[in-house]
Amino acid sequence: MRVSAERDRCVGSGQCALLSPEVFDQDDEGLVVVLVEEPADGHREEVLQAVDLCPSRTLRVHG
Amino acid sequence: MTQSADAAPETGTPLPQFPMRRTCPFSEPGEYAEMRADRPVSRAALKVNGKPTWLVTRHEHVRQVLGDSRASSNLKLPGYPHQFHIPEEMLAQIRLMLLNMDPPQHTAQRRMLIPEFTARRVKEMRPRIQQIVDEHVDAMLAAGGPVDLVTALALPVPSLVICELLGVPYEDHAQFEEWSAAMMNHDLSPAEYGAAVQALDMYLDKLVTLKESEPGDDLISRFLEKNRAERIADHADVVTMARLMLVGGHETTANMIALGVLALLRHPEQLAELRAEPALLPNAVEELLRVFSISDSGTARVAVEDIEVGDVTIRAGEGILALNNAADHDESVFPDPGTLDIHRKEARSHLAFGYGIHQCIGANLARVELEVVYGTLLRRVPGLRLAAEPDELRFKDDAMVYGVYELPVTW
Repeated sequence: MRVSAERDRCVGSGQCALLSPEVFDQDDEGLVVVLVEEPADGHREEVLQAVDLCPSRTLRVHG
Repeated sequence: MTQSADAAPETGTPLPQFPMRRTCPFSEPGEYAEMRADRPVSRAALKVNGKPTWLVTRHEHVRQVLGDSRASSNLKLPGYPHQFHIPEEMLAQIRLMLLNMDPPQHTAQRRMLIPEFTARRVKEMRPRIQQIVDEHVDAMLAAGGPVDLVTALALPVPSLVICELLGVPYEDHAQFEEWSAAMMNHDLSPAEYGAAVQALDMYLDKLVTLKESEPGDDLISRFLEKNRAERIADHADVVTMARLMLVGGHETTANMIALGVLALLRHPEQLAELRAEPALLPNAVEELLRVFSISDSGTARVAVEDIEVGDVTIRAGEGILALNNAADHDESVFPDPGTLDIHRKEARSHLAFGYGIHQCIGANLARVELEVVYGTLLRRVPGLRLAAEPDELRFKDDAMVYGVYELPVTW
């Protein structure tokens, strides 16, 4: 699984950083940072939930 | 079937009125389930002026509309579904709040505020929130029951938290709580509504002026500092931003504190589980946010181009209310939606904070406040119980944000 973020779309809801703090963080501006672009399978469920809950559809997963 | 809000109804029956009343204090309005099933995107007449608006009721469609850049939040555009009567001349003078701005204006202001509410910043606020809650619970316990939980805890906690964040002196809280309660009331005359906004703005105008010359360690001062470089807001815009943060920051959370406690008292078995296992609190908070969805119609939009939603084409210029209370009772997402279930695994999919670029910027702060308040009450006031007959409670059926006016409790 590959994760990417279109940072221009981010509205800083922080849902991803709360749900999957090992994969997502927020920088000093509060915008999303993808910490691990290819998260392990153990993170799959929380990453998919973060993608679903992102209010600005900033996150993408492939594979 | 394609229809337009301007077209004559196919049947002679009058449009249903909006807002619709909850059939019981703990459920959504009775019409919503039928609408979700039979006419998920349908027309209603706004009670305030009889004008037509679209009501969107399914979870999928509410997310679609709130994520669509063709659905504008600008309340000055013709067709916007106002729920207060605002005279034309007053509308022309209104400064747009963040929640009524469209990009790029919205993006610029929101980006200045996002760092105040990140997951990390909110976590850092938690110990101070716990301290505020403990002080209020100490005072409650010292005074002895019965007390009104709204005035003893539900209102002062979020009010103090947002005051400290904004740099607003808490000693003025009685004044701004009265003004902001007035601004939430559907039934006020335009003159009364305008007077409340004006009084609060005059108060904040002085405060912002003070912070321009004597900045403090607070959100308003940090906003002013950034704005000196970015120049996206003038003085009146800063006052309007401060008003939104102050009103949005305490009224909503206060209502959720009181309603959440009441709901848990009605479900003693779930309350006992929560007390035994505080790790269940975060999901319980999401579930309580879902079942009440207190800001049901806070998500008003107007189409600036034609938008297809389900089988319906919403035409440019038509108003839309994307009802999050209806979405949060959508059976296809939340099985048995009327039942409170703190274990509900999909609880977090609720839209009580909205969705899209306008999703509540303070959502994570509200979550922490609710967790700390519910958790502390369960731990420190184990005998908590209602000190009134349930049918004596008065609910805010007439307000923009749902709640309960008083909650007498004892222990």
